[in-house]
Amino acid sequence: MATPAAKIRFREPQIEMAHGAGGKASRRLVEGLFAPLLFGASPGPLGDAAHIQINGTRIAMTTDSFVVKPLRFPGGSIGELAINGTVNDLAVSGARAEAIVVTFVLEAGLPTEILEAEVRAMGEAAEKAGVRIAGGDTKVVEHGAADKMYISTTGIGRLLTGVEISPQSVQRGDKVLLSGPIGDHGITILLARGDLDLEAELRSDTRSVFPLVDKLVQGVGAGVRWMRDPTRGGVATSLNELARDCGHGIVLFEEKIPMRDSVRGACELLGLDPLHIANEGQFLAIVSAEHAERALAALRATPGGEEAAMIGEVREQPASCVLVTTLYGGSRIVDMLVGDPLPRIC
Amino acid sequence: MKYVDEFRSPELISRAGEEIRRLADPKRHYRIMEVCGGHTHAIYRFGLKDLLPENVELIHGPGCPVCVLPMGRIDDGLALAAEPNFIFAAFGDMMRVPGTHGSPLEYKARGMDVRIVYSPADALKLARNNPEKHVMFFAIGFETTAPSTALTLVRAKAEGLRNFSVFCNHVTIIPAIRAILDSPDMRLDGFVGPGHVSTVIGCRPYDWIAKDEGKPVVVSGFEPLDILQSIVMLLRQLRNGEAKVENQYKRVVPWEGNSAALRAMAEVFELRPYFEWRGLGFISQSALKVRASYAEWDSEQRFTVPGVRVTDPKAAQCGEVLKGVLKPAQCKLFGRECTPEQPVGALMVSSEGSCAAYFNYEHRKPVTIASSMAL
Repeated sequence: MATPAAKIRFREPQIEMAHGAGGKASRRLVEGLFAPLLFGASPGPLGDAAHIQINGTRIAMTTDSFVVKPLRFPGGSIGELAINGTVNDLAVSGARAEAIVVTFVLEAGLPTEILEAEVRAMGEAAEKAGVRIAGGDTKVVEHGAADKMYISTTGIGRLLTGVEISPQSVQRGDKVLLSGPIGDHGITILLARGDLDLEAELRSDTRSVFPLVDKLVQGVGAGVRWMRDPTRGGVATSLNELARDCGHGIVLFEEKIPMRDSVRGACELLGLDPLHIANEGQFLAIVSAEHAERALAALRATPGGEEAAMIGEVREQPASCVLVTTLYGGSRIVDMLVGDPLPRIC
Repeated sequence: MKYVDEFRSPELISRAGEEIRRLADPKRHYRIMEVCGGHTHAIYRFGLKDLLPENVELIHGPGCPVCVLPMGRIDDGLALAAEPNFIFAAFGDMMRVPGTHGSPLEYKARGMDVRIVYSPADALKLARNNPEKHVMFFAIGFETTAPSTALTLVRAKAEGLRNFSVFCNHVTIIPAIRAILDSPDMRLDGFVGPGHVSTVIGCRPYDWIAKDEGKPVVVSGFEPLDILQSIVMLLRQLRNGEAKVENQYKRVVPWEGNSAALRAMAEVFELRPYFEWRGLGFISQSALKVRASYAEWDSEQRFTVPGVRVTDPKAAQCGEVLKGVLKPAQCKLFGRECTPEQPVGALMVSSEGSCAAYFNYEHRKPVTIASSMAL
């Protein structure tokens, strides 16, 4: 319910691609236009999922849309992204996904076999993730009005017991955990577009992270302060949002951040920062210092979590910023993504 | 060798840092200019300033080909491509650079066909694949990128591809360095020489800096160890009272340069009598234009360029930052009216721009951070 005095702080005259990239521009749009008009007087920090109370039961609800080109890429397709992405949004807000509803916006002229392949992929991903697809809607638009297919999902889930995550509970001394190597998905997509004369043996990392989250919560409970899946905008954007919300500084140790050589090489060549690249099968967790070792061990012992790492810690300075340090004593601030990552000239 | 890991070895970097501290005379304050924007970015990205003693100061030079382009040239390029059947093609780095009425990306959102290409050959491919459209490639860069533009023009001519032209904004590095040294506000002790430009022009063009101006030049690579080693080499020369040109980037830069690249450039380009640089004013013989023999593929000879001169906003101090007179944070607009998302000048958005480097990597670092690192 918008209060009469809802103030729109979004002053830009038109919507640009950057507003959908998941970085600063997206945040401006959400905080400056959507929040004042839709989320009421004091919306609180914006998380991946909303927590709602219905007759005393707390459920989590999330929505997402998937606009990816190309539709199929090594390691997955838009259908799998749709299911896993929704399951993951619920997982990192501390919930087990129970049901998903799906909307398809299809472009007239789309070959049925392409649609069938995606629907099949969604069914398989849902079964693998243990989530029910409970219903959906379909719209068809004229040729040219959609890029073959847009998928939108809404998922609901049951909150796990013992989980109380929020940016406010993050404290100095807490550790930053990462479930596995970064950059696989974003670089895979970039290469799959075929604009670059680059090849690499890379696959998207799309998967449900719920089994790992579950093990983490079981092992550590309230020691988990905050979680996020670093999709568009990458690890840097997720952690900057946290730093801004909790007011502390987050220091990352560059050499501890897991990354495949091919991702690192592609980023070097193109002048991209791996911390800004999207991931579809990883999550970040802030865990209290006393529980951190146990949490890491729990992740590493779970299938799919073998490459989990402790990549940093929460400190007082630099307040509300993310700092990356190198083994030889250098450091740099890493900010949220501005716009889309653009490869360099020379 | 992977060529990245070895040049980021923490042990070797530490040793280089120690050598720098050993060589730096505590009674002197060294002002070393890194000419190339790529070096500026590497220095901030790897946090190399944290490793230098207080009396070794790095001054950022004008080696950012996007930054030194006056806004009027960007307006010109966008005006040329405003025709409905035109495709405006440029490197990713150009996309967020502000013109008077917006950046190429903003023009794209308003309906202009704007494409990011990774090389001029890609732009040529666009022309082949879109015969009903005219592809205008906004060519930019120092001597690093000029040869590939030249070779693309040679190919376009050989194929007789009519729907392709280049709007040429290539500039040359030596006049920029000369303008810096001629500037009364600069006092420099030596130069970290541009690495990639030198792969084309070689190391000889810097001879006059050592011989006539008495300043040492070390041509450097871009990894942390390259840059630190170059500073070591400069400090050694300064300690010994020497001034010569040295090549630290031997694995990539040939002393004599790349004759095939230089020949291609000579075939296609000639020097403009003068060209306006942001911050440095009009410099003679400092920029390339397409020869008459390639007129058909030169956007300026084929179409009418508005040629409007646009001065920077009064409060913007892009020129002084480009010359190294001011540090980015000393510009009145830095971080306030001018940020990477709402840039006033190109220095804040270009991947080679010193304002962008400083804003993104450095300016919120507390001064004490280096000493508080317990690793």
